[in-house]
Amino acid sequence: MLLSIKNLHAGINGKEILRGVNLEVNKGEVHAIMGPNGTGKSTLASVIAGREVFDVTGGEILYQGKDLQKLSIEDRAREGIFLGFQYPVEIPGVSITNFMRTAVNEIRKFKGLDQLPAGEFLRMMEERKRLVEITSNLTNRSVNEGFSGGEKKKNEIFQMAMLEPTLAILDETDSGLDIDALRIVANGVNKLRRPDNAFVVITHYQRLLDYIVPDFVHVLFQGKIVKSGGKELALELEEKGYDWIKKEQE
Amino acid sequence: MESEANKILDEVTQGDYKYGFVTDIDTEFAPTGLSESTIRYISAKKNEPDFMLEFRLKAYRHWLTMTQPKWAHLNIAPINFQEIIFYAAPKKKKEVSSLDEVDPELLATFNKLGISLDEQKKLAGVTSVAVDAVIDSVSVKTTFSETLSKHGIIFCSFSEAVQNHPDLVRQYMGSVVPYTDNYFAALNSAVFSDGSFCFIPKGVRCPMELSTYFRINAANTGQFERTLIVAEEGAYVSYMEGCTAPQRDENQLHAAIVEIVAMKDAEVKYSTVQNWYPGDKNGLGGIYNFVTKRGICKGSNSKISWTQVETGSAITWKYPSCILLGDNSVGEFYSVAVTNNYQQADTGTKMMHLGKNTRSTIISKGISAGNSNNSYRGLVRISKNALNSRNYSQCDSLLLGARCGAHTYPYIQVDNKSSIVEHEATTSKISEDQLFYCQQRGISAESAIGLIVNGYAKEVLKQLPMEFAVEAQKLLSISLEGSVG
Ligand SMILES: Nc1ncnc2c1ncn2[C@@H]1O[C@H](COP(=O)(O)OP(=O)(O)OP(=O)(O)O)[C@@H](O)[C@H]1O
Ligand SMILES: [Mg+2]
Repeated sequence: MLLSIKNLHAGINGKEILRGVNLEVNKGEVHAIMGPNGTGKSTLASVIAGREVFDVTGGEILYQGKDLQKLSIEDRAREGIFLGFQYPVEIPGVSITNFMRTAVNEIRKFKGLDQLPAGEFLRMMEERKRLVEITSNLTNRSVNEGFSGGEKKKNEIFQMAMLEPTLAILDETDSGLDIDALRIVANGVNKLRRPDNAFVVITHYQRLLDYIVPDFVHVLFQGKIVKSGGKELALELEEKGYDWIKKEQE
Repeated sequence: MESEANKILDEVTQGDYKYGFVTDIDTEFAPTGLSESTIRYISAKKNEPDFMLEFRLKAYRHWLTMTQPKWAHLNIAPINFQEIIFYAAPKKKKEVSSLDEVDPELLATFNKLGISLDEQKKLAGVTSVAVDAVIDSVSVKTTFSETLSKHGIIFCSFSEAVQNHPDLVRQYMGSVVPYTDNYFAALNSAVFSDGSFCFIPKGVRCPMELSTYFRINAANTGQFERTLIVAEEGAYVSYMEGCTAPQRDENQLHAAIVEIVAMKDAEVKYSTVQNWYPGDKNGLGGIYNFVTKRGICKGSNSKISWTQVETGSAITWKYPSCILLGDNSVGEFYSVAVTNNYQQADTGTKMMHLGKNTRSTIISKGISAGNSNNSYRGLVRISKNALNSRNYSQCDSLLLGARCGAHTYPYIQVDNKSSIVEHEATTSKISEDQLFYCQQRGISAESAIGLIVNGYAKEVLKQLPMEFAVEAQKLLSISLEGSVG
């Protein structure tokens, strides 16, 4: 098993947001997480990635058999966890090239590998850019600075392609994308799918799941996964909304 | 949330000074303290012509009538001038014409500093950097002098210039920064021991970057160097200055003067990477860095550009300035000042617009961490006759943590109606979001801060010559780095 979350409770400033999440992800799988606004989807993603502003108050997260809470944010990333942000942050003056080179080399160092020579790194950038159909000028710019909403999301996918994570969590990477961009992002994910990695895709829209076909769909509601099913669950949600789930919970 | 980010910043910014070694070089000192006889000793040691001794004595007598300025946003322990050694020279320095004759300890010092004179010499024409190194008070070695002299360029230690080009020294020394200018300028004029001299004749574009490394090595020693750069009509030179000092518990005084003269159509770019010892985490020790730097754009269409990266010193007091006398002349000031722990910096510039259509640009980036205080102080003065002049100033402050301070004191005076002055200022913080984003990509908090700070300072760093930019980038990261728990 790649990721195993058991009865996870987490919150911020004493306010509980996750109230007993259970989730198991195996290699080779794609999971979709859906649910109404403000139910804790992004919080779950952040807690898996180790964001320190959230306090884990109960339960456990095992990743490749390791207790994630013992690992720093950067070590989780170096162990192969990637988070595609719902709201990617701007880092003025830092080029994507420099940013990615720092990331790639720090991960390599962690794995006991030598630094990637500059030429090889640039070749790798070109190759991954093609993979996710990114136009070249985006990577010369500062990280997310002045990017449109869609450009920010494409940049997240590009970074994912560069870092080749074992577990990629994509938080609403489809929001704000036009149809072409949506296809590009989905194709990127599909090209990166392998038997030894897994994706957790957080989305509000069934249409992404037409492109990235999930093995499981979960509904997160009031800090808990209250329903899980196959890809047909997404269709059902699209059709009926969340009211019936809310009712079931009452 | 805030406190979490602050905790990370604190941990990351508890770095140690990496240049704090002391080199065991055989050194000759002047008697401790300051008096006319100290000055006569220095002048005699240097075998100076009479006009130099007179200049020094006049400066000294004037200094005696002055008191230390109090107006900067600084907290300065009183300086006891009778405990300072005003002159220290590596003994074996005499007449080195090849590197083999240089004290091996000295060469080792350069290697530790990351500048190898040896390398520089071998790579002649490839790296194109000529280096003059001033250790304690005396200039040790000027490389490339021969290559430069082919172009008629004089680049040598100040002492050599006094011996070999006394007329030029006499003509220009004190012409931009008179000894009456301020307390520390008067002191420097009285006791300065060495420095660099650079003269670019009419129409010559200096084919390489000129560079001086200053280092204070001996204990209880003040360093008072003086740099004079003259660019004749149509000349161009890019000049770089770097400095470090060993780690010591006492404060050491560094009071320098830099004078630049740019004639018609001349351009001088002056870049500094200042990394004097900043003191320890508790504010013990460190260099007092009181420097007067000023350039005059004497002729029309001339340009002087100051770029500085200030990471060191316990206290920095420094305002590289431009007097824009010639019509259409241009002054620029690009600055990154980092303060950490208990460092204090009060730095900025003065742009004095006297000629018509003169333009100046000020870009100042302050970065404060720990308990430090970082002030920008700038004066833009546009005189009555400086018609159609322009100034653009941008002063940004970046705060790392909650205990540091950033202050901006812009003084603006415009005495005609056709000129325009623009001033923008921002204050920002490294956000928890930015750190988390970087760390989520596998980048340590330490490197993340280095990246973010370098990105923030990019506008200034890109003004530096290539050779310096890389070093400055590393320095910015190092001066904020430490162990992350
Ligand atoms: N930093 C924070 N400080 C305070 N409250 C927060 C913080 N982050 C999240 N919350 C709260 O936690 C709850 C869950 O937020 P979260 O962002 O995880 O929701 P979400 O399911 O991702 O919603 P959406 O679909 O709108 O993205 C919300 O009520 C939100 O206001
Ligand atoms: Mg969300």
